[in-house]
Amino acid sequence: MDLIVLLAIQVIYAIASLALISVGLAIIFGMMRVINLAHGEFLMLGGYAAIVATSHGVSIWIAMLVVAPVVVGIIGVIVERTIIRFLYGRMIDTMLATWGLSLFLVGLTTAVFGNTTVGISAPLGSFQIGAYRTSGYTLFVIAVALVLLGGIFAVLRWTRLGLIARGTMQNANMAAALGVNPPRVYAVTFGIGAALSGLAGAVLAPVSGVFPTIGVAYVAKSFITVIGGGAAILTGTVSASALFGTINQIATFATTPVFGEVALLATAIVLIRLLPQGITGRFFRRGL
Amino acid sequence: MRVNRRKFLQGTAAAAAAGAFSGPAFADDPIGVASIHDLSGGLDIYGKPMVDALTLAVEEANAAGGLLGRQIKLINYDTQSNMQLYTQFAQQAALKDKVAVVHGGITSASREVIRPVLDRFKTLYFYNTQYEGGVCDRDQFDTGVTPAQTVEKLVPYAMKKWGKKVYVIAADYNYGQITSQWVKKYVTENGGEVASIDFFPLDVTNFGSTISKIQAAKPDFVWSALVGGAHISFYRQWAAAGMRKSIPMASTTFAVGNEHIVLSPEECNGMLVCYNYFQDLKNKTNEAFVAAFHKRFGADYPNVTELAMGTYQGFRLWAEGVKKAGSVDRMKVIEALETGISIDAPSGRVTIDPPTHHCILDVHIAEVNDKKLNVLEDFSQQKPSDTAAVCDLIKNPNDNQQYVIKI
Repeated sequence: MDLIVLLAIQVIYAIASLALISVGLAIIFGMMRVINLAHGEFLMLGGYAAIVATSHGVSIWIAMLVVAPVVVGIIGVIVERTIIRFLYGRMIDTMLATWGLSLFLVGLTTAVFGNTTVGISAPLGSFQIGAYRTSGYTLFVIAVALVLLGGIFAVLRWTRLGLIARGTMQNANMAAALGVNPPRVYAVTFGIGAALSGLAGAVLAPVSGVFPTIGVAYVAKSFITVIGGGAAILTGTVSASALFGTINQIATFATTPVFGEVALLATAIVLIRLLPQGITGRFFRRGL
Repeated sequence: MRVNRRKFLQGTAAAAAAGAFSGPAFADDPIGVASIHDLSGGLDIYGKPMVDALTLAVEEANAAGGLLGRQIKLINYDTQSNMQLYTQFAQQAALKDKVAVVHGGITSASREVIRPVLDRFKTLYFYNTQYEGGVCDRDQFDTGVTPAQTVEKLVPYAMKKWGKKVYVIAADYNYGQITSQWVKKYVTENGGEVASIDFFPLDVTNFGSTISKIQAAKPDFVWSALVGGAHISFYRQWAAAGMRKSIPMASTTFAVGNEHIVLSPEECNGMLVCYNYFQDLKNKTNEAFVAAFHKRFGADYPNVTELAMGTYQGFRLWAEGVKKAGSVDRMKVIEALETGISIDAPSGRVTIDPPTHHCILDVHIAEVNDKKLNVLEDFSQQKPSDTAAVCDLIKNPNDNQQYVIKI
């Protein structure tokens, strides 16, 4: 029984961390149709921002929840203004540009921070479930994912900003005719997507440590999740994370981590074969 | 001066002729030594200290007048943690630079990439990393420790201290696969039991469900053969789950990449390791070495690692071989080394074991304590008996393979 509770926590944690690493991409790719191959590097920069801030005496919570998203959000806006805005609608060119950006960011962080893994110890200690122990930080990551997803839903659904963003993504010319400034909306949306990635990278930093090439470990999974999720960015991300996270963790627990990864990828292939438009192409179509 | 075609041709012909005459090596040309290590990418935590140690060894030799009256030129290749570059650079070192010896390779995978290349082009190869043992190749010398020298000592020590049930976690490539089998062999021989052996690809960072699995198996201790930067997160997650205090850990890889300095003391204190070299070893040669190392690379250098010392000792052994042979010719140096050459190294006495091309050396068990490695027990002059059981290059000089343990 204790083991089942522990396993359930691990599964929910896996879902939460998949959702966390994907949600920034879901906004940038799902809403803006920009294939951002530098997504993993945004996560990595978030991790470094949090670690550098913590080592300069900032409280770890402020560093993770405020400093990291602000820093990466600003980087995102700069990237959008200097690179991405010239490439809207040119998918292949954006891929090349963001791939170049990804290599540049890896090189830059290696030059600045070196290639050693840095990290911070996870706060919050551990707690007991019957005969087993697990990290309190696991619950924190789950909570952050819930709050974040709830927040994004609320902003998109109930605020004017969300309405304008959704409208601009659907039909930029019409939005412009109604007095909206689409370039500004694009910049802000891209910045928010980057900020969310930065936040996710920072929140996961105490778990996985940070090194310049850690983005590689994230980027494939985030793309699989977002594409598996389909058109509705929020519902899609959540449902795909739930599916992949559950399968990955159960397979890992039952066999080995190698088969856990294999099971995740196999599921993704089958899913895309059966539902080429992603989960929300068939189910939850009215989701957000 | 206007350069017309005739003048241009005259000039280039003269230059080409001069080039043709400068071809043969003069006696005072430097001796080329290639270093092929990962200085960037995920494995640079291991590669950088190795190259620093090799640089110091070469500089010391040159300051002492070089070898056979010739200076030594170190040619550095950075393989960027990329296996393809190992093939490419090994070929360059052998064919273009025509080096006398190659020191390099970090993971066992990289060693198996360059070993056939250097065999084919008849270039002497020193592999200086602690590894899973069993390589039997007359062209290669292995100066690192192998399981019979470390695992065999650490398993009974840890079992006596903590108990008989062991859970093994290892990196998923030849090193982890083979080493974990050695761990299983020694645990079984000492009357213990291996609960499970789990393998992890080098880029896995989420160990949550594995940690649950280990708790469910309730081992007396965990044995780690994890490798590289991503796997460091296992130790963090283990400590964050509050497991460090309830289930202790022993390792054949921990601290080789200075993990004990990267992690906080709360995350790794009490872990047991077993290697040939620790920076705090008390002997005159080592104290002089550490002083020279700090003078060259700065007193704040974090730690001279096992692999760095392996590389330093590897170069010193090769240099002894060259002195004894009176030549840098590959076969003459191999024959000189096969006389069982010894050096008085910072880790103690290191002797080439002629039949296996491995080393007889001291090993020590140490405990991680507040970012330091405290030596607990010494084992003097250990033989590479794992490789010796299967490999005899004196009897079968043409043997060329890696023997793998079978259970």
